[in-house]
Amino acid sequence: MTVVIAGASLAGLTAAETLRAEGYEGAVIVVDPSTTIPADRPPLSKQVLAGEWPPEKAQHRAAARVPELALDLRLGVAATALDAATRSVTLSDGSLISADGIVLAMGAAPRRLPGNQPAGVHVLRTMDDCLALRSDLDKMPARVAVIGAGFIGAEVAATCRSRGLEVTLIEVAPLPLGRVLPGELGGFIADLHRAHGVEVILGLGVEGLDSITGTDGSQRVSGVRLTDGNVVSAEVVVVGIGVVPNTGWLEGSGLRLDNGVTCDATCSAAPAIVAAGDVASWPNPLYDEVMRVEQWENAIEQGEYAAKRLLAELQGTELPAPFASIPWFWSDQYDRKIQMAGRPSSSDEIIIPEGSIEEQRFVALFRRGDLCTGVLGVNRPRHVMQVRMKLTESLSWDSAFSVFA
Amino acid sequence: MKIVVNYDLCESNAICMAVAPEVFEVRDDDFLYLLTEEPGEELREKMEESVRRCPKQAITIEG
Repeated sequence: MTVVIAGASLAGLTAAETLRAEGYEGAVIVVDPSTTIPADRPPLSKQVLAGEWPPEKAQHRAAARVPELALDLRLGVAATALDAATRSVTLSDGSLISADGIVLAMGAAPRRLPGNQPAGVHVLRTMDDCLALRSDLDKMPARVAVIGAGFIGAEVAATCRSRGLEVTLIEVAPLPLGRVLPGELGGFIADLHRAHGVEVILGLGVEGLDSITGTDGSQRVSGVRLTDGNVVSAEVVVVGIGVVPNTGWLEGSGLRLDNGVTCDATCSAAPAIVAAGDVASWPNPLYDEVMRVEQWENAIEQGEYAAKRLLAELQGTELPAPFASIPWFWSDQYDRKIQMAGRPSSSDEIIIPEGSIEEQRFVALFRRGDLCTGVLGVNRPRHVMQVRMKLTESLSWDSAFSVFA
Repeated sequence: MKIVVNYDLCESNAICMAVAPEVFEVRDDDFLYLLTEEPGEELREKMEESVRRCPKQAITIEG
């Protein structure tokens, strides 16, 4: 029996580890276009970028376990085509594998600005990205412009400040983290960065990049042109404008693709084909909503679940209950630990039962009618997790709020 | 089985508390406390889950 796992990052390796932990003894072929096992990503925008950690320290625990998992690990090899009906997978080295089961865990790739990318323009996703950016920061540029105030952008801005660099953070939305944080909490993030000396520009898009031509004819970025005509001079530009799931190779596979791989409530995309991590789009029964979650912990949780679910199907045993999860993430910015659990929307009511935004240590609950849709904490890890534990049982507002009674 | 937390790495994310509140407790001071250092064998699966989920890879199991 053969299981193919597309992707050797967190979700893929966790799935491989789970298959073995569950007693599966057949072949496990893991393919990934990266020539090394991808790094654990959270430190890439923090400790490694700051120069505090050597690159080898940003390795996930599952990566260290690879030798004992008896995997057929094929690095530098991408899956290039799939026929979902026959589960045949074509690889970039020309080989064709007929799989009994498939785990899709290819992750996502960062969006880039359109047009030519002069030197000095970076995205941050892989260790190579991180080291290239770090090398540019080591040259002490006069200013770093960060385009996009999502989590990557906000963390990069904080790390650059910790290195003593001048930083401009540019966000087209009226507030930072608008995609995940409701209303006034984005204002808190903007204030936090301003208080640490970041120039924060909100509500303005990027028209294009200015560059200068070196004596050798090469182009190097010199500034960011904004939609109001102003230019932010910067020798280094970091683009953090989101990611796109790596599903291009699945066009024509027979799988449904719509903001990732469309799965059922058990993370199944087709018979004996499951998906996990950044690529998986599934209806989360807790929220009655189709979700795709680009978060570290979800990659582990969903990787485990998908492997178990696939194994149950292959062995003809009872399938697990639908994948019900309360997404959770953390972000370290300066000395603030920001954590959020759940899936609030920007229109949810914000209630702050503990602390206050002014003291920069608080818990915020998000309320939609009788439901608590999520919780955000700033330097309040205990409360965030306590609420999350309640939400895992039900989204009942009364139950979540009882944590603070 | 002995649970060891590397407090130099631990940042009190409290994921372990969600997995096994009978062993891990993050208190109001935002520090992690071990309620027992030697949980019973019946908790091994939960301990392994805590190790896997820890964002700082701060938990190890000895024995």
